[in-house]
Amino acid sequence: MKLPERIILEHGSGGALSRQLTEQLIYPVLKNEHYTELNDATAFHSSGRTLITTDTYVVDPPFFPGGDIGTLGVFGTCNDLAVCAARPRYLTMGLVLEEGFAIADLRRALESVREAAKRAEVRVISGDTKVVPSGKGGGIYMNTTGVGEALGEHILSSGNIRGGDAVLISGPVGSHGLAILAAREELKIGSALRSDCAPLFPLCEALYDLGGDLRFMRDATRGGAAAVLNETVSASEKYGLEIVETDFPITGAVAAAADLLGLNPLEIANEGVFIAVVADAAADRAVARLRAFDIGAKACRIGTVGERWPGKVILETAVGGKRILDLPRGLLLPRIC
Amino acid sequence: MSSPFQQSLHDRRLAAPLIEQIHESAGRISRTVRIMEVCGTHTVAIRRSGVHSLMPQNMLLLSGPGCPVCVTPTAYIDNALSLLHDSRVTIVSFGDMLKVPGSDGKNLAAYMGAGRVRIVYSPAELTSIARGSSGPVVFLAIGFETTIPTVAAAYLHARRAGVDNLFLYTAFKTVPPALHALLDSPDRNLDGFLLPGHVSVIIGEHPYRFLENTGGVPGVITGFEPLDLLRGIAALVKQIERGEQRVENAYRRAVRPEGNPKAREISRQLLEPSDALWRGFGTIPASGLSLRADYMDADARLHFSLPDLRNIEPAGCSCAQVLQGRVRPIDCPLFANACTPESPVGPCMVSSEGTCAASFRYGDTPL
Repeated sequence: MKLPERIILEHGSGGALSRQLTEQLIYPVLKNEHYTELNDATAFHSSGRTLITTDTYVVDPPFFPGGDIGTLGVFGTCNDLAVCAARPRYLTMGLVLEEGFAIADLRRALESVREAAKRAEVRVISGDTKVVPSGKGGGIYMNTTGVGEALGEHILSSGNIRGGDAVLISGPVGSHGLAILAAREELKIGSALRSDCAPLFPLCEALYDLGGDLRFMRDATRGGAAAVLNETVSASEKYGLEIVETDFPITGAVAAAADLLGLNPLEIANEGVFIAVVADAAADRAVARLRAFDIGAKACRIGTVGERWPGKVILETAVGGKRILDLPRGLLLPRIC
Repeated sequence: MSSPFQQSLHDRRLAAPLIEQIHESAGRISRTVRIMEVCGTHTVAIRRSGVHSLMPQNMLLLSGPGCPVCVTPTAYIDNALSLLHDSRVTIVSFGDMLKVPGSDGKNLAAYMGAGRVRIVYSPAELTSIARGSSGPVVFLAIGFETTIPTVAAAYLHARRAGVDNLFLYTAFKTVPPALHALLDSPDRNLDGFLLPGHVSVIIGEHPYRFLENTGGVPGVITGFEPLDLLRGIAALVKQIERGEQRVENAYRRAVRPEGNPKAREISRQLLEPSDALWRGFGTIPASGLSLRADYMDADARLHFSLPDLRNIEPAGCSCAQVLQGRVRPIDCPLFANACTPESPVGPCMVSSEGTCAASFRYGDTPL
């Protein structure tokens, strides 16, 4: 029996066509030593402290310059583990497909999952597929749950930060959100914009070697750097952040597109950038470690933990003024990841 | 910050001498200098760029009545909400207007899900929306001189295209009469105006000349990038220091002395001056624009027999005083407590150009 060209409702029925989709498409693309049979659950082995996370991907469009929902589904979830100092090991994958979605596109997304999983050194070990009627879904949605092994006993938390600590960023901001927006709206400005979607674990691991000098890490996804910086201190009664706008690495393409669209690059989603807080004395070493990686080549210090404005992020602007850098408000860009 | 030119407008080396000049001038004035930026876009730009934090201790930057959503009376929202009682009516609006609470706390945004209320980013969409609708479509026509010509052009286009179910609920406002009202106020406490750059692109320099008369104050037409803002403020403070009261154009790369006569002509075809009710001010003579007699059939106020507007303020809300520069947002008891951008009480916290929203987001002087 040959696979049809498009997803039909019966692919989610649990019957013969569901089995056909799994056996002829999903297994052949994703199979590994754990994921070979139609079992309801899969066993895996883990040592030490184990972390688990889940994330759901509804990105529109599902294919965009620099990645697709498959790469995002793997790297996004692995990055949530990585910034919590866990080595990503296993993923589960749930798919919600809309009736009429092209099988060729599904294959493409699954192949991206396979390639991304290879790069991130994780295994997909369980999965599920559901189909919703035409008009009731956005083509393809994906959920991935990730399991990772803790790198060590030192637990990263915003509660670790101290006055004088350095705030670092791992790379240029704003490219993912703008690449999605440009692809969605077919903006002609978009040709130079590519998502930065990438696995962050190697960079996070390199910083974890700093031991207690590494206080906290967080990937700057939805809400961009502005949201993460605020998360870092919003609960603190003692510390705030003093951040320098012109110290952020930013590509010419992102600067131009953001300016044209009236968006602030610091509020735009990234998929391959994280913020780290490290002890002041370790800042230069940390930056050097990040810069050893291609995606960390532009890593730098963007600010300092201070005690003057507890709970707030204060931005020194290009012109030398100071203002609050608030959490982004309102619906910025829906379905960005 | 796309081009080197754009970047230069943020350059702190170019900013430094202007900041110094502002401090020197203000230093020679032995009292608090009170400057009003009339335009909501200025309010946001000054705070987002951090320019407010660079000002001397004895300078107060006050926001004026230049946010169109903010100066629209609550009763206008009530009237718009009442239009929805007729199940055939669709309301079309710019986004900011929809979250402003009416006098009973309800807002228009609540009706978006059902498709009764729709947002447009450009009035050019009006023709297709009206064509796609079987019932009457009412556009909430608010805005200043900058917006008015685009709305007028879009409406005239729709009318020429044979659209007959599109109505305008006009609450347009013009800036110079509001400046007049601020000057005439018996307890006025202002040393000068930063005049709105975008409005001036349309109206030019001439309509501000009355500021130069006896009892006037200086006014400087100012742009929106950090260096534009500093240049405008520097020019204004220098005039205040010297006791001058001239209208000056510090935004020549965009504003011509004569403005844009073509755009004004399009507005004139459709609209004529009328008295208008402003939140915080009351009725200001000839400060609004209403449909000319030839287009009365498209006036939502007449077609739907909407009651006349009057000012009713939400309990405890200081927006009326904020809009006149009498109260700063942080001095309002509701600010950041009962009134936040997520749960606004007054329009100054709703609009992206509102003074309270800008102070909430970016912080106020002194930071």
